[in-house]
Amino acid sequence: MAFTDAVRNSYLTEIEGIKAAGLFKEERYIHSPQSSEIEVEFPLGSEIRKCINVCANNYLGLSSHPEVIAAAHAGLDARGYGMSSVRFICGTQDIHRQLENRLTAFLGTEDTLLFPSCMDANGGFFEACLSAQDVMIADRLVHASIVDGMRLGKAMQDTYKHSDMGHLEQKLQEHQDKRSRMIITDGVFSMDGDTARLGDIVVLAEKYNAMVFVDDSHATGVMGRTGRGAHEHCGVFGKIDVITTTLGKALGGASGGCVSGRRELVEMCRQRARPYLFSNAVAPVIVAGALKVMDLITASTERRDKLEWNAHYWRGLLKDAGFDVKEGNSPIVPVMLYDAKLAQDFARDLFDEGVYAVGFFFPVVPKGQARIRTQLSAAHEKHHLDTAIQAFRKVGEKHGILGLGKKELAAKYGT
Amino acid sequence: MDELTKVVRDYIIREYLDEADDREITETTPLISSGIVDSFSMVSLLRFLEKKYFIHIPDADATPEAFDTVQRIVALVRRFQSAEVRSA
Repeated sequence: MAFTDAVRNSYLTEIEGIKAAGLFKEERYIHSPQSSEIEVEFPLGSEIRKCINVCANNYLGLSSHPEVIAAAHAGLDARGYGMSSVRFICGTQDIHRQLENRLTAFLGTEDTLLFPSCMDANGGFFEACLSAQDVMIADRLVHASIVDGMRLGKAMQDTYKHSDMGHLEQKLQEHQDKRSRMIITDGVFSMDGDTARLGDIVVLAEKYNAMVFVDDSHATGVMGRTGRGAHEHCGVFGKIDVITTTLGKALGGASGGCVSGRRELVEMCRQRARPYLFSNAVAPVIVAGALKVMDLITASTERRDKLEWNAHYWRGLLKDAGFDVKEGNSPIVPVMLYDAKLAQDFARDLFDEGVYAVGFFFPVVPKGQARIRTQLSAAHEKHHLDTAIQAFRKVGEKHGILGLGKKELAAKYGT
Repeated sequence: MDELTKVVRDYIIREYLDEADDREITETTPLISSGIVDSFSMVSLLRFLEKKYFIHIPDADATPEAFDTVQRIVALVRRFQSAEVRSA
């Protein structure tokens, strides 16, 4: 046994360092299905309490939808529990391909390949599709999985200032000597809730002969008139070369992700993307549930419309109460507190008031940009939001922050 | 402020600060540890230095610590400039 006391102590020291930096993460046990109201045990061993949940990615409220659950049950009976194989050996059922075709039609692309998660899709794409002759130019606020995927790739890496089209253009000019250029962005940015300027990005991509890659995990099912994503919202449906997205948020919230886009790029992933090649096929039960999700979201925009209304209403409630809210049009509504400790205290106090929300601070967001990220769901009813805002007001009053802007908050609490 | 220091400082302001960002960058302002530059976006600074000064900075030397202030970056560039001259 080589796990000596010295080795153990070195890990313990590191863990203590994480705690000392205020970055230690603890799980809270939920004793109910995912929804707008959940039953939470926190801290461990304490009495289970009912909370309004404003921090799930359950945008369309389909995580525990009875029709999705029923379809998953039927899929379990009809196709079994697991595939015990990667896709290309004996892990592909007819329903995997059906789901890929449904996603292709929904996203307006040429082909789709399922991955165990969108993290895996982003982790595998760049290495599979780009070479040392190419360049990847990413928005500086893209998701961590894209950063990891780019690092695994062989192409040159570059970045542009968040949503700064002038800076992106400069980078595209700089890299005209490369075989191909790929502009990389999130559709909706997970921490700020703002939407990429895909209309402008597509114009620049055409001008400078670049491909466009969009991680639309926070926009699929949500943004655009029919919920197709940020590309529909920005009027460039059908013009994005690669979309990666997840089944783990609006589309049922279980797990699984995909690369969807130009046929040849998807084929390169099928041949070379290591997370696809070396991990099991998405479980049949999830595929069956996701197929029902596709039925529901293509039959009606009712859920997406309700979500839009909820987000608009919630944003208004927060602003009226005097909170500093980041502008945007997605169901991600960040309440800016700037100071890391204040964000942690605020989240803890909200929990005491029966609202489950999480504080985010450096290194998840830039220093001095700490916040409570609230996320809306079509599962929220108006009364949930009316109750939640009372808790926010009460905690806001306790900390004396209502009506304060960035400068006043920084003066009072620091950043 | 000598020419090299000015070039590095100007590039950092241009490349990493937004127009509305009025933070002052001095020779000793922490860049990485303050979050102005992160390890993801640091690559463009590295490439800029290599291209402008005809040097190659190996990954082992391009550490967040070595890039944490203008002063340290300038020292790094000088070290590799003189190494290039010696090997020429």
